Amino acid sequence: MSARIYPWLFVAFLASVPLWIGNQYFLYILTSAGIFIIAAISLNLLLGFTGQLSLGHVAFFGIGAYVAALSTLGFDLEFGSARFVFPRQPVWVGFFAAILVAGGFGLLIGKLAFRVRGAYFVIVTISFAQVMRMIALNWVDLTEGPMALNNIPPLSLWIPGEGVVGFFKKEYNYYLVLVLAVLSYLLVQRIVRSRVGRAMIALRENEPLALSVGVDVTRYLVVATVVSAGMAGMAGALYTHYIRIVDPDVFLFIYTVTMVIMVVTGGKGTLAGPVVGGFIFGALPELLREVASPEVQWILYGIAMIAIVFFLPQGIVPALAARFAARRGPGAKPEPEARAP
Amino acid sequence: MTGHSSGRLSPPGALLEVANVAVHFSGLVAIADLNFRVPEGRILSLIGPNGAGKTTAFNVITGFLKPTAGHVLYRGHDLTRLAADKIAGLGVVRTFQRTSIFGGCTVFENVLIGSHLRGRTETWRALLRSARVDAEEQALAGHAREILDFVGLGARSGELAGNLAYGEQRRLGIAIALAADPKLLLLDEPAAGLNPSETEEFMRTVGRIRERGVTILLVEHDMRLVMSISDTVVVLNNGVIIAEGPPEAVQRDPEVIRAYLGQGYKRAAG
Repeated sequence: MSARIYPWLFVAFLASVPLWIGNQYFLYILTSAGIFIIAAISLNLLLGFTGQLSLGHVAFFGIGAYVAALSTLGFDLEFGSARFVFPRQPVWVGFFAAILVAGGFGLLIGKLAFRVRGAYFVIVTISFAQVMRMIALNWVDLTEGPMALNNIPPLSLWIPGEGVVGFFKKEYNYYLVLVLAVLSYLLVQRIVRSRVGRAMIALRENEPLALSVGVDVTRYLVVATVVSAGMAGMAGALYTHYIRIVDPDVFLFIYTVTMVIMVVTGGKGTLAGPVVGGFIFGALPELLREVASPEVQWILYGIAMIAIVFFLPQGIVPALAARFAARRGPGAKPEPEARAP
Repeated sequence: MTGHSSGRLSPPGALLEVANVAVHFSGLVAIADLNFRVPEGRILSLIGPNGAGKTTAFNVITGFLKPTAGHVLYRGHDLTRLAADKIAGLGVVRTFQRTSIFGGCTVFENVLIGSHLRGRTETWRALLRSARVDAEEQALAGHAREILDFVGLGARSGELAGNLAYGEQRRLGIAIALAADPKLLLLDEPAAGLNPSETEEFMRTVGRIRERGVTILLVEHDMRLVMSISDTVVVLNNGVIIAEGPPEAVQRDPEVIRAYLGQGYKRAAG
């Protein structure tokens, strides 16, 4: 059996979950984990493949969340005597606007980061996320500040035979997130297994050498930032319509850290890494809540993280891939994407 | 002095011309006033003691460093105005003094990255993955295999580049540069750290690269290597050219012996 079928078997298994799972709460956990997995997949394109650490990645997520919320709720602004009214838009208009606006900010950051790499790129991205949080907190006319934007409608879809259905039900959201997560995965897969992805990997591995053979590394860094930001913005829009409330805390640094942990523990620079890390660190805190008090939860979470980083410094996926390769015999090589620098 | 008059060294087919290039690092003069031409189809070596400005000259030619003054002309283009990746696009490709490879990628992927300029696929086409993209990938893969066989790494293509032996990594560095289809190849101390038999093999490789129609500019410390394969040798000392000409003439040049080879002779004698 071809190894390519295993990911699809896994997707089929995930698709079957709502059919047999009794507890709706688990569906909620899986859906929110799925939203974070999309964000982690998007971060992995930057961190894992171009090698640039974006520590403000949540900014794109938050921008997506606010754009989706504001365009579906509508808003009006007063500039002196002038009044600007933005009418309510259909949810999917807001959804795509979230992707475009977040991608646009990605373009801005990518261009700003024209010459900055490493630590400086980190600082640019952190500052950007902080600025976004300050805007969300203080531009009360637009964002309601800490009072949050409420009553955001869920996404809806025209389903044959049922008409337009609002995604109030957990199963609908679950399937929507599953489909979009699979699409995000495939999109990143197509990019990284192409000439474009090789250029990104070349930037990660050795920038002067990449330049010396004619790779315009800045151009591909910008491509990665735009795609990554747009995808994170989509995750933010999903989040907004799922939770149906958005406040400035969506820009908190801890969410970026969570995404980085998912990518690093799963295996940065591998396609499956953010999925594996996302399931563990997206679902673990919620599942632990069932059995442990909050303090114990966070301690266990920390121990799991340290244990993974300590014993599997490359991440879970590369470690597993190496083990499978060893079992298949010394001649077998791990899958190309199952390697981290 | 063998040839400061550029007249005898400027056949009509000069591929590269370095004209009045000066590089100052905040007061320190790395290159005072550098002038030389690389004739098409030849092997020109740049030699000189450590700190003479050889690698600095490479960095200027390939766009990794902007000169304080002067120009580098290549087929009518002023390279000093161009970014490093654009210069590679014109066919001027370098290797690095310290081993430089994409360590986390396989040997095969290293050469595929080197063939970047042969490809056309951009983001949208990569996402749609049309038949054209697959055809391009196959062509690039064929090209990469040919280059790997050329440098004798064909059997190692699935290996992680970082796991190769030192000599193999040096060869891979040259394979990556060759994959970029150079017209002018700049080799920065390619034989550094190689044992005598590897150096021997490398000399043959350089000869075969020249047969492919590639002009070569070489910086190298191994004098036997330089004197046996170069058509022209340019000797730099303290950022100034002190001699240039065919290897036999340069070897006899008293100034060269005093400034450069002389130290070795003295050591050998004493």
